[in-house]
Amino acid sequence: MLSYRIFKVWRRDMIVWQKYLAASLVTHFGEPLIYLVAMGFGLGRYIEGMGEISYVAFIAPAIVITSMMNGSSFEATFSSYTRLETQKTFHGIAMTPVSMEEVVGVEILWATTKSLITSCVIFIVLAFFGLLNSWTILLMPILMTVTGLLFSSIGMLMTSFARNYDFFSYYFTLFISPMFVFSGTFFPLDKLPTWAKYLAQVLPLTHAVRVARNLFAGQLLWQDLLATLLMLMTAIVISLIAIKRIVRRILV
Amino acid sequence: MIKTMNNNIEHNNKILIKAAQLSKKFDHFTAVDSIDFEIFSGECFGFLGPNGAGKSSTMRMIYCFSDPSSGSLHVLKGETQKYPREIKAELGVVPQEDNLDPDLSVKQNLLLYATYFDIEKKTAKKKTEELLEFFELQEKQNAKIQTLSGGMRRRLLIARALINQPKVLILDEPTTGLDPQARHNIWHRLRQLISQGVTMVLTTHYMEEAELLCDRLIIMDHGKVLARGKPKDLILEHVGHEVLEMRGTAQLLEDYKTKFNKLQKKYSKNGSEIEIEIIGDTLFAKLKGNKINLLQEHPEIQQNSFQLRPAGLEDVFLHLTGRDLRD
Repeated sequence: MLSYRIFKVWRRDMIVWQKYLAASLVTHFGEPLIYLVAMGFGLGRYIEGMGEISYVAFIAPAIVITSMMNGSSFEATFSSYTRLETQKTFHGIAMTPVSMEEVVGVEILWATTKSLITSCVIFIVLAFFGLLNSWTILLMPILMTVTGLLFSSIGMLMTSFARNYDFFSYYFTLFISPMFVFSGTFFPLDKLPTWAKYLAQVLPLTHAVRVARNLFAGQLLWQDLLATLLMLMTAIVISLIAIKRIVRRILV
Repeated sequence: MIKTMNNNIEHNNKILIKAAQLSKKFDHFTAVDSIDFEIFSGECFGFLGPNGAGKSSTMRMIYCFSDPSSGSLHVLKGETQKYPREIKAELGVVPQEDNLDPDLSVKQNLLLYATYFDIEKKTAKKKTEELLEFFELQEKQNAKIQTLSGGMRRRLLIARALINQPKVLILDEPTTGLDPQARHNIWHRLRQLISQGVTMVLTTHYMEEAELLCDRLIIMDHGKVLARGKPKDLILEHVGHEVLEMRGTAQLLEDYKTKFNKLQKKYSKNGSEIEIEIIGDTLFAKLKGNKINLLQEHPEIQQNSFQLRPAGLEDVFLHLTGRDLRD
């Protein structure tokens, strides 16, 4: 079903991205930076009781992961929907030996790639503030890629249901935004009421943030590896469903 | 491709596309209802029909965007369901709906499209130059797609479809929505391609377009084939060689109908036929069979109130598909 041709389409996305490089970097890199500075250094001054680490060190791993989530979610919904419905780019490419499955598959890979590039740039800032202190942080790109694939595939699944752009407002307001704040990103989960703790465990971002925080702290845990593998498997399954749904939507 | 002109290319009877009892059914209706056709190498084959006739559904099945519900469809290398990749590699598709890549420039649209076909970079560059020249798009090569006129976009769409030197060029309503100048320009280019031996499959609801371009065509409506053949043969068979057209009050038209019916008896002995049809405020007298010089032989018919014109495909089309509005 998938062949080397996906790289040809991936290359197309890369070429287009380079054209809009500045705009892309500013939006995807600027926002997490604002959070880091405002929350970390602004709000963080008034926050104590985080244990041995500063508040900015607490939220730094979460900022990287949520940047992945937001970047890939946005690309796989609004941008992919534009290429699917408004521009009909999918149709144009699939009239060649490239299959429609490949075209949709690339969307997921591309959304991940794009957010991976911009999120990695955040590391420069983190290094500048002296927030990178252990070698296990080198494993972050793997976790980030898996996080990207997961949210790209969920975004693509949303796109397969969408009939207009408004549909995505629901998705972002009801799913992405609550997850952004309730997944242990800005405050630890252990002080929350029990029901909230359990609820947080269902949110995929919770696990990605926890693994990232452990990696930043120099901890390599087998249950984190398991959680990452589980996220990857979920991403693959959701991808396959999303691809199938969109292909069936176009090729009737 | 773009070098020589050979006006006498006869198709060599090699069948490139063959459909047998081909049908496409959706939940609530049948878009294509058991149609058969064969398309030969080197010819321009047309699908003519009103909106909703099933033309585009047929095209989508040919370029592997839609699986037949029943029947078989063989395109170049085999059944469309089994070999979509191989088939698409040798087709050039100009879709009804413009799907140029708006994130890329004119030239990039061609160059990157070539990569999807695994065309070598050098070859792709050369081919792109050639096509930009042929379609008069050189000056616009770095322009954004959004800045192109409708005619330019359509030319680029055709150029893109030719990037892989396709064995068959599929054009789904190639001039719909264009102004007359742009349409004539596209026809000119397509005739050049036909004379170079490019096999074409074309859908249209412009009769003029079908008469100008198609060697053979089928007329479709409600998913079925109503007639098939060469445009000239279809006109002679279904309408005749000339049509007298007259507008007037219902009474006047009835009077003339009686007149013509009398003449009809006289002419039928010589193998000629006059067929009268009144539709709305217009009377059509179709002159079939052996030629009649109706107006010279019968000056009592007021010549100036008539318009005498050669019969055309439009007459055939309206005769076969009726005059109901299609919305």
